[in-house]
Amino acid sequence: MFIKEYISDVFKAVSSLLKGMKTTGSYFVRPKEIITQQYPDNRAHMKLPERFRGEVVMIHDENNEHACTGCTACELACPNATIKIITKFDTTPEGKKKKALDTFVYHLELCTMCNLCVEACPTSAIKMAQTFEHSVYDRNRLLKKLNQPGSKLRAGVE
Amino acid sequence: MFSLETITNSIQQWLYSTFNPTMALILECAIVMLLVIGLFAVLGLVLVLMERKVAARMQIRLGPNRVGPRGMLQTAADTLKLMMKEGLTPDGADKFLFNLAPFIVMIAAMLIMAPIAFAKGFQIWDINIGVLYVSAVSSVSVIGILMAGWASNNKYSLLGAMRSGAQIVSYELSAGLSIISIVVLAGSLQVSDIIASQQTGWWLFRGHIPALIAFVIFIIAVTAETNRAPFDLAEAESELTAGFHTEYSGMRFALFFLAEYINIFIVCAIGATLFLGGWMPLHIGNWDDFNRIMDYIPSSLWFLGKTFCLIFLIMWFRWTFPRLRVDQLLSLEWKYLLPISMFNLLLITLIAIMGWHF
Amino acid sequence: MYRETQILNSNTIAPTTARDLAMDEAGAGLVINVGPQHPATHGVLHLVITLEGETIKKIEPHLGYIHRSIEKMCESLSYRQFIYVTSRMDYLSAHINNHGCVLCVEKGLQLEIPPRAQVIRVLMDELTRIASHELWWGAMAMDLGAFTPFFYAFRERETINDIMEETCGTRLTMNYMVPGGVMYDIHPNFQRRVKDFIQLFNSKIDEYDDLVTGNIIFQNRTKGIGVLSREDAISFGCTGPVGRASGVACDIRKLYPYEVYDKVNFDEIIETAGDSYARYLVRIKELRQSVRIIEQLIDNIPEGDFQAKTKAVLKLPKGEFYSRVETARGELGVYIVSEGGTTPYRIKFRSPGFSNLSALDHMSRGCKIGDLMAIMGTLDLVIPDIDR
Repeated sequence: MFIKEYISDVFKAVSSLLKGMKTTGSYFVRPKEIITQQYPDNRAHMKLPERFRGEVVMIHDENNEHACTGCTACELACPNATIKIITKFDTTPEGKKKKALDTFVYHLELCTMCNLCVEACPTSAIKMAQTFEHSVYDRNRLLKKLNQPGSKLRAGVE
Repeated sequence: MFSLETITNSIQQWLYSTFNPTMALILECAIVMLLVIGLFAVLGLVLVLMERKVAARMQIRLGPNRVGPRGMLQTAADTLKLMMKEGLTPDGADKFLFNLAPFIVMIAAMLIMAPIAFAKGFQIWDINIGVLYVSAVSSVSVIGILMAGWASNNKYSLLGAMRSGAQIVSYELSAGLSIISIVVLAGSLQVSDIIASQQTGWWLFRGHIPALIAFVIFIIAVTAETNRAPFDLAEAESELTAGFHTEYSGMRFALFFLAEYINIFIVCAIGATLFLGGWMPLHIGNWDDFNRIMDYIPSSLWFLGKTFCLIFLIMWFRWTFPRLRVDQLLSLEWKYLLPISMFNLLLITLIAIMGWHF
Repeated sequence: MYRETQILNSNTIAPTTARDLAMDEAGAGLVINVGPQHPATHGVLHLVITLEGETIKKIEPHLGYIHRSIEKMCESLSYRQFIYVTSRMDYLSAHINNHGCVLCVEKGLQLEIPPRAQVIRVLMDELTRIASHELWWGAMAMDLGAFTPFFYAFRERETINDIMEETCGTRLTMNYMVPGGVMYDIHPNFQRRVKDFIQLFNSKIDEYDDLVTGNIIFQNRTKGIGVLSREDAISFGCTGPVGRASGVACDIRKLYPYEVYDKVNFDEIIETAGDSYARYLVRIKELRQSVRIIEQLIDNIPEGDFQAKTKAVLKLPKGEFYSRVETARGELGVYIVSEGGTTPYRIKFRSPGFSNLSALDHMSRGCKIGDLMAIMGTLDLVIPDIDR
């Protein structure tokens, strides 16, 4: 009886090991199962989903106009003080003084891509871009100015 | 037919006819030394690359493919890096033993090379107790490991070395018993005799099931003896970081690393010699045409092919199984492998005496 | 003799504390430091282990290496902002952490969540649970010395991450839950891709059994190791798979159902052995249960809003609010004290990892040092969750 148990123990153990070897062995002979993506080489045809959060960018149209009124809703929504909005006072044709965006300062090094600023923006002036290769040699280069030079508020956006 | 035997013989004849016998012997030794060291370097590079490629294929990865064509030069680049690195010696270490240990492991590996027949008539030293010599010298490497663990002045290293000591000492037994079973069948301890006795068929097939069991036990035991997963307790990286070579860096680490792979090659070469006929081609009974075709394949290719098949098997183990615990490792040996191989030896002796093998 | 004590007392991996040295000199055993940098702790956990030979006499966890004072940080963030920080606690079940927080805020605001948002939340939770258990499975097998399962687990986990990336925009710290619903609607491809994934996953999970569950070495390594009795599990406060493996019915999804968990059919997996193998089995079976929940919900996402109407600035009424969710590791409690302002007055998280870790010493005494990896592996510790 003891001998029988002993032999069946050994047999079960060996068969369980062979089962495992069958699994790894079957992958060895099927190289098309390989899932490695060779990253820098596949850059050209790599497609990120449109919702991917890479960095915050400001949308500019072909006339170099943006929709940011400088309301600082994003600045308030940001949990890490990533965004700093500097406003200026423009004079409208009617001669009235109006608050407008001067510089949209964006600290990429502080950003956690939580998307709260994009959600908070009342005029959809900013969005998340699909870029992700953010490494630079100088930390100062992560400090970005989002509104392009010479850009101005699109007419009709309040 | 191409054979290494004619080359070695002509070199020997030329040496002895040109120089006096002492000088010729010294020159022969020098040539052999260079060949062995060269073989070590090449084997180390090839086996590490093979391991990485095998692992990658099993793990649905690509493996090294950047340095050189298809990543062939990856291990050469790694070796270069290790040579450039600083070899640190810890402050509290026993400096002499710490520096000596990798060389002991390496030299033990080199010594076992002597009686291995790489091809027909291509053997460094056909000693008449070849198999005994192999199993004796292979136990020396444990001294190097114990020395490394002790001298490192690190608790992980010490634990790893102690584990390795217990492991190698116990698995020597069943490895030895499986070797003896072939010695019983072949009736000789000399490597060339054992190979010659497999002229008509390999012992793995001729010895019925007991030979198969001996082979399986041999493979398990040598996997344990070379500290390979699933028996890599001496360097179990999730438990002991790197075990006995935690404190080693640079070229001294590379020596340990190289010795591991050389040891695998050697034990697989011995396995191929004992069970799979060494350089002997595959012959099946009286299929003369088949046997003649097989004879056309050079004997060195037969030997290397069989050895690499066994190496692949051991790599396959490593990338499939979880690691055993230290007490399970010992109970596997003392409760399962040793009784089975003792009983198996009895059976094989019976087969040999009665002449029941093919 | 001096040389021997010197070797036993020195440890070049990490410095020992004065107390341990004193204990060591008294001949209590060999003290080794596992961590803060160690391959098996998967993070900066520091265990001071007293050994006798290879047998563990005592384990003392030292925490604080990754303490970021998340609770204190939350006190200066608004009720919309503090949710993203909680993704960084148990980063493997980030969705479920966020879920616990939004549930607590919604309780305070007494918001009605649209049914569509509820179902999306549950789907995301279960996908996260599968991803988390996948990573646990691979990492645990790696702790035990088998490397290959890690890559197979990551292959499936990658598919979930891709689905998350498509719908939520990020792969690990999603910040998809907002008070009142979810941040945006599911991606049009979401349902198709989840169904594809489930089909793939059902075929792969048998492979996991072949490779690890049935393996004799694995079974020997885990069976009867680190036994935690039912009483101990309760008194240590172990929840999640660790508690359920000891026979404690502690699944918050069954006990205090939130969202649509009371409307879907799934089993609470309970094992009674309390050893590492039981904990392993609970998690593997939970994978199948999560698949079951997803299968029931994926075709029945109700139409409607994905977010309830909320004010721009949220203010919780004065009072104390508590909510709990079942993360992949156990019960996560979120406790908010509000003074009526826009930020919480005090926040406390009851993290599952901390309570589970506290049982480690009790479970591993008398085991071998190799068993520690089997126990730690099946506890499924995420260090930022313990330290916060």
